Amino acid sequence: MAKLRQAAIYGKGGIGKSTTTQNLVAALAEAGKKVMIVGCDPKADSTRLILHSKAQNSVMELAAEAGSVEDLELEDVLSVGYGGIKCVESGGPEPGVGCAGRGVITAINFLEEEGAYDEDLDFVFYDVLGDVVCGGFAMPIRENKAQEIYIVCSGEMMAMYAANNIAKGIVKYANSGGVRLAGLICNSRNTDREDELIIALAEKLGTQMIHFIPRDNAVQHAEIRRMTVIEFDPRHKQADEYRALAKKIVDNTKFVIPTPITMDELEALLMEFGIMEVEDTTIIGKTAAELAAA
Amino acid sequence: MSALTREETEALIQEVLEVYPEKAKKDRAKHLAVNDQAEEQSKKCITSNRKSLPGVMTIRGCAYAGSKGVVWGPIKDMIHISHGPVGCGQYSRAGRRNYYVGTTGVDTFGTMNFTSDFQEKDIVFGGDKKLAKLINEVELLFPLHKGISVQSECPIGLIGDDIEAVSKKGAKEIEKPIVPVRCEGFRGVSQSLGHHIANDAIRDWVLDKRDGQAFESTPYDVSIIGDYNIGGDAWASRILLEEMGLRVVAQWSGDGTLAEMENTPKVKLNLLHCYRSMNYISRHMEEKYGIPWLEYNFFGPTKIAESLRAIAAHFDDTIKAGAERVIAKYQPMMEAVIAKYKPRLQGKTVMLYVGGLRPRHVIGAYEDLGMEVIGTGYEFAHNDDYDRTMKEMGNATLLYDDVTGFELEEFVKKLKPDLVGSGIKEKYVFQKMGIPLRQMHSWDYSGPYHGYDGFAIFARDMDMAISNPCWSKLVPPWKQQPEVVEAAELPKAA
Repeated sequence: MAKLRQAAIYGKGGIGKSTTTQNLVAALAEAGKKVMIVGCDPKADSTRLILHSKAQNSVMELAAEAGSVEDLELEDVLSVGYGGIKCVESGGPEPGVGCAGRGVITAINFLEEEGAYDEDLDFVFYDVLGDVVCGGFAMPIRENKAQEIYIVCSGEMMAMYAANNIAKGIVKYANSGGVRLAGLICNSRNTDREDELIIALAEKLGTQMIHFIPRDNAVQHAEIRRMTVIEFDPRHKQADEYRALAKKIVDNTKFVIPTPITMDELEALLMEFGIMEVEDTTIIGKTAAELAAA
Repeated sequence: MSALTREETEALIQEVLEVYPEKAKKDRAKHLAVNDQAEEQSKKCITSNRKSLPGVMTIRGCAYAGSKGVVWGPIKDMIHISHGPVGCGQYSRAGRRNYYVGTTGVDTFGTMNFTSDFQEKDIVFGGDKKLAKLINEVELLFPLHKGISVQSECPIGLIGDDIEAVSKKGAKEIEKPIVPVRCEGFRGVSQSLGHHIANDAIRDWVLDKRDGQAFESTPYDVSIIGDYNIGGDAWASRILLEEMGLRVVAQWSGDGTLAEMENTPKVKLNLLHCYRSMNYISRHMEEKYGIPWLEYNFFGPTKIAESLRAIAAHFDDTIKAGAERVIAKYQPMMEAVIAKYKPRLQGKTVMLYVGGLRPRHVIGAYEDLGMEVIGTGYEFAHNDDYDRTMKEMGNATLLYDDVTGFELEEFVKKLKPDLVGSGIKEKYVFQKMGIPLRQMHSWDYSGPYHGYDGFAIFARDMDMAISNPCWSKLVPPWKQQPEVVEAAELPKAA
């Protein structure tokens, strides 16, 4: 058995992490890899395309029902879907109450203690909530967990801000453990010169754009059927994109400690590609009325 | 007199600071001072109420300790829920010796621990539902309780539970007051902020509940504020006030009740013993209800007489005469106590390290016994406390704020007091050094120490500690001069 590789997928909220992860994992499974997905998001929607279900019963939900997490068995929380992919959702509270970060910590500790990683898995993918808002959501990249991080982004300004911030977080844990940035996945939004921009950003961060996934409605068509493109329409060209991404990840050896850039550098990059206007310092702090009078 | 000169005390502080790294030395230096009675403002010579340094041993508690343990806990007919994991409530349960009258578990609940006993799932999904359930269970199992307070432990502030909403809803259902208190332990630098938060919760959720309601008042209504009835202190105080003709409407909070708190805005004068923990609510009542407040000191006959006269000065001649009558009545008893113990304690020196009031309030009682306090300090005082302390302490004595374990040990080694007055964490350290120690938080399981009755016990306890013959027996046999044992002549066999 090959050594288990653990990877975490981060990126700005709504960028398509869960969709990308599930399509990628489906492509890996199709190629014969043994894969597990661990959803680290209280919304618990990281496995629905694999399981064809609305939302899987999550570790924390089941623990709350049973009394405590110690009362659970691995098979209670582990579901198997398309291509033998194992699925777990950490789960957590509804918005506005409790502590979702603690839910992620508890769930991941539970999986480790129960030996969820012991069998002949090739890959574990952690699909993590958009923003690393607290220590709980950094859990997947702490010591002995995910060693490679993929950041899903697009050519939009906020997505790139987020990617750079995530890189900063990786630096912190890279210095204390073995976690490395493994690449940016560009999930296209059809912005201008998107691929060039992300390649430039990747270079600045010291990493690579591992794949450019073009925008295609086939993904949405599959999604309304709670399926991945790989399963729904394996001959579609979009499926090949995910297969290409999967192959690149299997072959990937470029794992780096990222070199996050400053706000100024990032803005300069955005200006260079025309995403952001050159800053006009004379208008800062001026109301519309003041500008009209000027 | 064994006291040091100003220069010697300053040199001692420098010597003790010497071991610290530069940054720590600079910080700690601000918390150590040589007393100067001429100084009007303590802030010129000592810093207080700042975060303790990491790496030192500090004796401080947390905001939860200040609210649940000190201010709210003794309100005996309420149930105080320690909201969060089990430890905070369980390990502070019944530890403070605030005595009360009542049937525990039926109409009073002082020594019991009520907790929501948080588990992982309560952290992740929030504890509001559990709190609501707990409130209903409390009502079902202990129907004679008069109200509930919700004392927040740390996680409550982290996960953002809406305890105010649960309290309001629960109070409507059970038709009794429920007071949410945001006293999460990580707030502030010591228990002191917890006192303030607890005072504010009383102000916002309790104090105005009987505004406008009929109350049969008398011109002599007072309340005792900031007496926690440790070993019966408030009782020993209350009888003196009643003997001089006053009516004590409320005790805050030792042996106190919710109804007493609600009635306090009707009194004519608030008598404040522990300034540090309850000055906030006294000031509030002064502002809102125009009730004056007076700090008093019921430790030792000198301070008691001063205080009784100061209290009487707020009332008519009946009360003034009453105060004199009380002082005269106890005079012979006090003389007898002093006659018995002063000869044994005269000239003995004391170093104190306690919470927020006693480091200054007990000085007079020691002086009544002929003893001298040569060093004192507080865990969680603010500078208004040190302003008051500097007048009570002799010139060139030592002041130490939030003292570290190391500093206190070194000061005691150098000053060699005959007695240390501090807490359980210090007790055995100093006793093993051969120095008597009396616990001045819990009265070492004795008390009361307040009032005339209390002084007799105080004097006996201090004598018992200092004059105990064990202190002369501390040299182990192998360090004693070997005795030359003459071989006894054996009787010759007949």
